[in-house]
Amino acid sequence: MAVKNFILVCGGTACESSKGDEIFKALLKSAQKHGVQDDVQIIKTGCFGFCEKGPIVKVLPEEAFYVEVTPEDGEEIIAETIVKGRLVDRLVYKDAEKSKSNSEKIKFYQKQYRVVLRNCGLINPEDIEEYIARDGYLALEKCLTGELTPEDVINHLKISGLRGRGGAGFPTWLKWNFSKNVAADQKYVVCNADEGDPGAYMDRSTCEGDPHSIIEAMAIAGYTCGANQGFIYIRAEYPLAIERLNIAIEQAKDAGLLGKNILGSNFDFDLEIRLGAGAFVCGEETALLASIEGKRGMPIPKPPFPAVKGLWGKPSIINNVETFANIPVILTKGGEWYKSIGTEGSPGTKVFALTGQIENSGLVEVPMGTTLRDIVFDIGGGIKGGRKFKAVQTGGPSGGVITEQFLDTPIDFDTLTSIGSMMGSGGMIVMSEDDCIVDVTKFYLEFCVEESCGKCSPCRIGTKKMHEILEKITSGKGEMSDIQKLKDIGKAMKTASLCGLGQTAANPVLSTLKYFEEEYLEHIQDGKCRAGKCKDLMQYKIIEEKCIGCTVCARKCPVNCIVGERKTPHFINQDKCVKCGACYEACKFDAITIS
Amino acid sequence: MPTEEKIELPKDLLEFIAKWKDKQGNLIMILHKTQEHYGYIPRAAAIELAKLLDVPLAKVYGVITFYHFFKLKKPGKNIISVCMGTACYIKGAGDLMAECETLLGCGVNCTTDDEEFSLQGVRCVGCCGLAPLITVGGEVYGKLTPDALPAIIAKYRSK
Ligand SMILES: Cc1cc2nc3c(=O)[nH]c(=O)nc-3n(C[C@H](O)[C@H](O)[C@H](O)COP(=O)(O)O)c2cc1C
Ligand code: SF4
Ligand code: SF4
Ligand code: FES
Ligand code: FES
Repeated sequence: MAVKNFILVCGGTACESSKGDEIFKALLKSAQKHGVQDDVQIIKTGCFGFCEKGPIVKVLPEEAFYVEVTPEDGEEIIAETIVKGRLVDRLVYKDAEKSKSNSEKIKFYQKQYRVVLRNCGLINPEDIEEYIARDGYLALEKCLTGELTPEDVINHLKISGLRGRGGAGFPTWLKWNFSKNVAADQKYVVCNADEGDPGAYMDRSTCEGDPHSIIEAMAIAGYTCGANQGFIYIRAEYPLAIERLNIAIEQAKDAGLLGKNILGSNFDFDLEIRLGAGAFVCGEETALLASIEGKRGMPIPKPPFPAVKGLWGKPSIINNVETFANIPVILTKGGEWYKSIGTEGSPGTKVFALTGQIENSGLVEVPMGTTLRDIVFDIGGGIKGGRKFKAVQTGGPSGGVITEQFLDTPIDFDTLTSIGSMMGSGGMIVMSEDDCIVDVTKFYLEFCVEESCGKCSPCRIGTKKMHEILEKITSGKGEMSDIQKLKDIGKAMKTASLCGLGQTAANPVLSTLKYFEEEYLEHIQDGKCRAGKCKDLMQYKIIEEKCIGCTVCARKCPVNCIVGERKTPHFINQDKCVKCGACYEACKFDAITIS
Repeated sequence: MPTEEKIELPKDLLEFIAKWKDKQGNLIMILHKTQEHYGYIPRAAAIELAKLLDVPLAKVYGVITFYHFFKLKKPGKNIISVCMGTACYIKGAGDLMAECETLLGCGVNCTTDDEEFSLQGVRCVGCCGLAPLITVGGEVYGKLTPDALPAIIAKYRSK
């Protein structure tokens, strides 16, 4: 009997940690109980992207899109949707207008275009057959049967215009060509899955949801440049991605798609996983290579570039996860096809991890050139709780803010740089009026202080000094001269640091100073934080007219700084107040304000 | 100088080392395996590794101290990790951290006196859709407010 229905259960990290696996098992059990196990195939997939509303379960062909599912719902999904063909109304996703949507109509997906995430949420990443059924390993086969020569591969990549997705946007074909043209007894292919930008998880999801696409692309890179050994460098903090990659590598070996004499072509290619150990700087390519070599992950000056002199001194191609994931499709559909997506200077799509104060946080993939307005308001559903948009930070600790005035700018590598931010790897943090720009900037600097490897002084000392100044400003001790100091240190770090970390660490400061200088000034001159995030600048005050003198606040105050007679208005001694907020919480008459 | 305590490395770790011994760049992978076993890298184990791999102890320590992931001190029975990635920070991870410190009575990167809990900050566990969040022994607790923390911690406290 043919399978009538498919149930796709999200097995991405966010859903999996909200009982995804139990849901999967509950569905299997109920299917057995109702005797429909042969009519329905239940598949655990990679991330659907809609992590905000997870765990997600999708039923095909009905396109039923169930959100926030619990293991207890498994029984009802089988009994209703599979056995009786009816939707379980209470689980169906409803958009802001409360109208129910099937998965094709959901606004979150409408402006998206999935190339990199083509298989995520569709196939079981732990089954190589499912990848193969969706044209997986076809590109590698074309290479090994001689249909695509190494020159053809380079040519397709050149026509496609693919630029590296790890941040810098370097043309991929050029990198591969360098390595191809160097003569050496040994070459390597390396995948950068370090994803150190905190608050971004595109690469993690791709590794979890479609690991074979990376393996295939790396083998193609080996074929093109003459390398027979590859390494995937991934953060130890990503256990699920590591597990799925390991399974995929084993399956590819068993299928004869990795190892010796692949598909009888005399081409050998082996792949190994190497674990990172929590150092952001190891995302930088030369530091990453040092780390694979088992050393402290410190960058070295370039040139020579890794493509010429890399791992153990041998030519090494190093690309980002998303860059690799694009390559098999480019080769099966052709460079021209890829070029037709996106913008002139940045063809293709980009995956963003949309997070922060946004209704629908999740993973989104859009053609390059999509505007921020489309991403934040159409796909993302706008700002959480209907608050006012303030800015979006892209490029993580190396990037900058995009403000309201640029909401309609088409986003690609070049436009982002021209407005003082950068593409980075794809983290997109949305901020609302409730977020303090200076506070968030301080957060990034604190991160860079911790992560600077310390090799060169502009970065080591510069990040520390900048952080100190920001600390001063957010605690109400800032001086007007601090603004110029920040700018000067930033400029010095940009020109004098050895690697990208130090060269870009000042970007969040410089960019927010450019667009939000008045917020810095408010902190310094008026001692005011308009978002109310900087605790030291807050003042709790009792409104005389509203206070009935119930004494509740005075009894709650841990430092006894509220004075006043019973039944008369109370006062707060500002010098002693530690801003704990206890009085504010305690007052039943709304007589206490924060300013 | 105090005499070093001896340590007998467990069998699976020795097997792992044997398998990796001749591979280039094996040190970090072996340190991961060591930490997986002990929960941290005991000094005596580091000394053993240096001998087995024939590298200076200084190099072993150089690597351990460079990477945040490797620990030199024995952690508590339960490790509470508060995500301090950007997405979680924006959504109030700072308040979660402060509350954890108060509830546990220990600061970040410290262990409680009874060795029940260690508290640490991590940079993004890749579930930003669930921000802000903490993890306890691999279990993720997402979309948290500080008032949910006492119940979570109580679950792990041994009676
Ligand atoms: C401090 C720093 C951190 C970086 N982190 C990453 C990262 O996490 N992932 C990544 O793919 N590239 C990262 N890069 C960029 C890499 O150095 C390198 O450019 C990239 O892996 C090249 O691949 P691509 O051409 O496919 O983009 C980082 C660069 C710097 C300077
Ligand atoms: S810029 Fe910073 S991270 Fe890069 S080498 Fe210098 S100190 Fe290290
Ligand atoms: S905020 Fe806290 S310290 Fe300040 S007056 Fe209120 S209760 Fe007292
Ligand atoms: S992890 Fe399930 S939708 Fe992202
Ligand atoms: S920032 Fe906390 S999970 Fe990503």
